[in-house]
Amino acid sequence: MLTRIAWRNVWRNKVRSLILLSSIAMGIWAGIFILSFSWGMSIQYVNMAIHGQVSHIQLHHPEFKTDKKIIYSIADASDIVHAIQKMEGVKAASGRVIVSGMISSPTSGAAARVSGVDPEQENSVTGMADNVIEGDFFKSDKRNQILIGEKLANKLKVKLNHKVVLTLQDINGNITAGAFRITGIYQTRNSTLDELNVYVRTSELSSLLDLEVGNLQEIAVLLNDNSYLTTAYDSIRSEFPELLVEDWKTLSPELRLVIDSFSQTMYLFISIILLALTFGIINTMLMAVLERYHELGILMAIGMNKFSVFMMIMLETLYLAIIGGICGLLLAYVTIHLLGNTGIDLSAFAAGLSSYGMDTMVYPALPDNQYLKIFGMIFIAAILSAIYPAYKALKLNPVQAIRKI
Amino acid sequence: MAVLEISNLKKTYNEESDFPVRAVNDVDLIIEKGEFTAIVGPSGSGKSTLLNIMGGLDHPTAGKVIIDGNDISELRENQLIDFRLHHIGFVFQSYNLIPVLTARENVSFVMVLQKTPKQERDHRASSLLTEVGLGDRMDSRPSELSGGQQQRVAIARALASRPDFILADEPTANLDSKSAGHLMDIMLKLNREEHMTFVFSTHDSRVIERARRVITLVDGKIVSDIQQNAS
Repeated sequence: MLTRIAWRNVWRNKVRSLILLSSIAMGIWAGIFILSFSWGMSIQYVNMAIHGQVSHIQLHHPEFKTDKKIIYSIADASDIVHAIQKMEGVKAASGRVIVSGMISSPTSGAAARVSGVDPEQENSVTGMADNVIEGDFFKSDKRNQILIGEKLANKLKVKLNHKVVLTLQDINGNITAGAFRITGIYQTRNSTLDELNVYVRTSELSSLLDLEVGNLQEIAVLLNDNSYLTTAYDSIRSEFPELLVEDWKTLSPELRLVIDSFSQTMYLFISIILLALTFGIINTMLMAVLERYHELGILMAIGMNKFSVFMMIMLETLYLAIIGGICGLLLAYVTIHLLGNTGIDLSAFAAGLSSYGMDTMVYPALPDNQYLKIFGMIFIAAILSAIYPAYKALKLNPVQAIRKI
Repeated sequence: MAVLEISNLKKTYNEESDFPVRAVNDVDLIIEKGEFTAIVGPSGSGKSTLLNIMGGLDHPTAGKVIIDGNDISELRENQLIDFRLHHIGFVFQSYNLIPVLTARENVSFVMVLQKTPKQERDHRASSLLTEVGLGDRMDSRPSELSGGQQQRVAIARALASRPDFILADEPTANLDSKSAGHLMDIMLKLNREEHMTFVFSTHDSRVIERARRVITLVDGKIVSDIQQNAS
């Protein structure tokens, strides 16, 4: 009966209840939508970084991490690459010779991070061929081809088929240089890296550096998806204990931070919204209690004890907050799923987003367990906001409330 | 057998001030089971205060109020609420039904508070409403009933808890003469047939005429207490 009275009391003043329900629903919806936008953006950023740059796992010589000299290379790396390619959950693996140096054109020069790659392997890991906007990704067998980023090409004032010179330090510490012809210009969504990274064939770079064939500085491993990370990581580590094996979370702590800090961000953000909504709920329920002072007095006069009066007001508040919260959650769920498929086009801000390595299409997303957590928070907020109006009803003196019987 | 005994009852408002108001002053009163008693008197004579104290809604300044062997003036707030639930039925001047409940639910409500099983309370609510002539309006909400009908629901509600007596504060004050007469018929019938004790305050001479005992209060004191032959 108490639940029935509380439920019907909620609908006594339909307009007021609907306004309150709408404000709760809209507040929750807006909060969750902004979170999903932020989460979608974060996930895309992390995925882009994994697929375009970091990969899921990388292998190096243990010393290479602290001192990036080419002498710290992985011996017989080709065999290791082939062994990794056969492991469960591994989609592709690519071996690289990595060296820092200078790239010069007739008019300008710049620092460059030169990657010597096997084009086929590299493309299967980073999909570089898809990023080529002019020329191709080592399609011909011509010698000394180089692929550079569009931003670097502009800086060096060079175009397709122009020649550039790479100046590097070989394995013996001597300065060496090689002329390369630009056969491809690429553009990724991370313009900062486009200005730095250039690609040549492994064999040509090894020869320039006087590096023994088969010795590589880096092996990048792309998995079918992130769920294989732990098993693949453990397998690779046990198979090649002499090498430094790192997953993307260790390689890019900033990516890990993006994922790990989301829960804290979510709690903080939703808490702020719920705090504001709590005051709205308290205000409305307090008004409802004061309006029904006489009626509550009558209920106590005919024998309804204070605990029941307290529970009735608590229930009314809980109904309002929970219904509003569920409406907000459902609205957010539908919006996120609709926009999660179509995406939100932010191409107007393409330049700014690109410099942060972010895509211009954002697909809002939110893990399902977050909806549950948010519902839990709404429930707690509902209870907290119910306490004061219910307490106010509890302090009621029936004889004062009804004046006389 | 006495259902209510009041001795040396005093209620003074603003006791500490220079101008204390003695609303009830040295009242001694015994209400026997089955009485049909009217408390009358001019405004400010202390009728409402006396009824509030008799109903355990207010505490006396001094004196005793004994109901069913318990001195209710010594009970704490929560004990009083429980005591009212089981021993006293109330009928208010403005009906004061719960607006979101139907007539049947309003009557059932006190039985829910008493934890009466559902089947029993449904049966009792239906029979009480039929008894007060509202067998066909059980599922109507108070807003769908006339004042007289609401007051009859209020009487059914007061009876539902099987109280020792029913206190009614000017129960006919907001009713037209026909409805007031009908209400009094019902109250008298319940009094005669079920020996339900009624104590009510009133100004209405037609109601006073039908009471069997009339207690007159002036300035918080009982100035007359007469038995009369009522219709």
